Amino acid sequence: MKKSVNKPILAVGPFHPLQEEMEYFQLTVDGEIVTDIDVRISYNHRGIERLSETLQFDQVPFLVSRVCGICSASHPLAYVQAVEEIGGINPPERALYVRSIINELERIHSHLLWVGLAGHFIGYDTVFMWAWKYREPVLDLLEEITGNRNNYGNVKVGGCREDVSDDAIPRIQKDLDEVEKKTEMLTKAVLDDPIIHARLKGVGVLTKESAVKYAVAGPTARGSGIDIDVRRDDPYAAYADLDWKVITQTEGDVFAKAVVRLLEVLESVKMIRQAVKKLPKGPIAIEVKEIPPGEGCGRAEAPRGETFHYVRSDGGNRPIRHKIRAPSYVNVPSFRVSCIGQHIADVTLTLAAVDPCYSCTERLAVVDGCKNIVHDYEALLRLSREKTARIKKEIGSPEFKLEDF
Amino acid sequence: MNQEELNNRLSEIKDKLINIEQTMDSRIFLLCEAENSFTVSKFLFEDLSLRFVIATGIDSEDCFEILYHFSNDETGCFVTVKAFIRDRENPSIESITPLITAAEWIEREIHDILGIEIKNHPNMRRLILADDWPEGVYPLRKDFKR
Repeated sequence: MKKSVNKPILAVGPFHPLQEEMEYFQLTVDGEIVTDIDVRISYNHRGIERLSETLQFDQVPFLVSRVCGICSASHPLAYVQAVEEIGGINPPERALYVRSIINELERIHSHLLWVGLAGHFIGYDTVFMWAWKYREPVLDLLEEITGNRNNYGNVKVGGCREDVSDDAIPRIQKDLDEVEKKTEMLTKAVLDDPIIHARLKGVGVLTKESAVKYAVAGPTARGSGIDIDVRRDDPYAAYADLDWKVITQTEGDVFAKAVVRLLEVLESVKMIRQAVKKLPKGPIAIEVKEIPPGEGCGRAEAPRGETFHYVRSDGGNRPIRHKIRAPSYVNVPSFRVSCIGQHIADVTLTLAAVDPCYSCTERLAVVDGCKNIVHDYEALLRLSREKTARIKKEIGSPEFKLEDF
Repeated sequence: MNQEELNNRLSEIKDKLINIEQTMDSRIFLLCEAENSFTVSKFLFEDLSLRFVIATGIDSEDCFEILYHFSNDETGCFVTVKAFIRDRENPSIESITPLITAAEWIEREIHDILGIEIKNHPNMRRLILADDWPEGVYPLRKDFKR
């Protein structure tokens, strides 16, 4: 079997070095049903863990913010917390609030990005365009605070680099109101739409037992009824002072994950509002001179789940070992259970439901057990959209328009 | 399981450990020899139902260390099993993948980058290194020259 699938892998063709997180999923199918899945990663391994050992403690946050463009607040934060643990450093309170604000803004923009893509995959391009439109002001806010729309470079050992200025607060509040209104509308659209129910429910189910076995994290775990969230379980930044709740769903299907993400956006809005209101006065950083020998574990709840960083210091000015675990590293292998037994038309969506990077789903090749037929990304997208159209026809629902809400 | 219960339960496997180090309330390190790492991980995962987070492989000059990080999500406590592999010539350790599916990738990665043999791993193929990377060259060892 393995031998007969070697050729079609090559036929899928070019890997774009410009896109991050290249992964390759090779599905074995029997007719329309997926019977096996094989994942290959590391086409563009950047050796960040090794590189980190060559940089000084203060330079590493800039490196790890480039682990992922979207999680560029979570990675440096987890790293910085690990180093602060080694040195017993307590950043000023204001810095903790600023960290929470930036991380929640990051979550909102990441989740909205996902909602848009999910809409695109099932043929709801209006959802795609609207979700991305609402995401834009969030990126503008991040630019206003940190100077960058992505790769904020704002967190450092001992505090933050850029403060949330008083002038920015009215704008933050105004934009949050808008994001909240639009997200509520999107949530309502998703929860009430019979076609989305028919299209997403029961698709790509990850049971609670499998979720434990694969040790998944973030919305992928919470959608399967596992009540974990680092922000609550191992509180960092200012999360312990804020009033919010962890969203969980029990079904484990794509619909459950969508609901978790949409409701989390609303929780994030709530958190930022409180944080802005409570924002303590004072400095945003303390001076850190030396990092003593020792080891520390830092973690942060990135939009996709727990980001874990382990740092070891020998008392010099560079880490001697820095281990990074991004949430997709545990979420992606769970495809083995959520995709097997599914229709090909549902695979793009099931893979996307975990929210790996966009580029991941583009690297799909379907290998038919006996005929060696290869479906590329375009074909899979078409299959997914055709299924939605079929469901629409069966239900007899009129063309879905967001403008109706 | 609260912190006190966790501490009590951890004393059950004391005879398999070299030492228990607690750097903070919520950070516990269990030091053991490589041959006991499987038993200790099994105890944490099955008996204490801790969540497996990741493993870290370290080349620390005189030996190799494999750190298995587990999380107790009820208290936010990290329990890390620190296994020492003393044999630098033929380093090997028992795979925990048959027990914890989530460890499959990271054990393959540790094998790739540090050249540690993972015994009884169900699917030992390359994960990180390219197909044309030379055999026997391990990029995360301290003696690796770029």
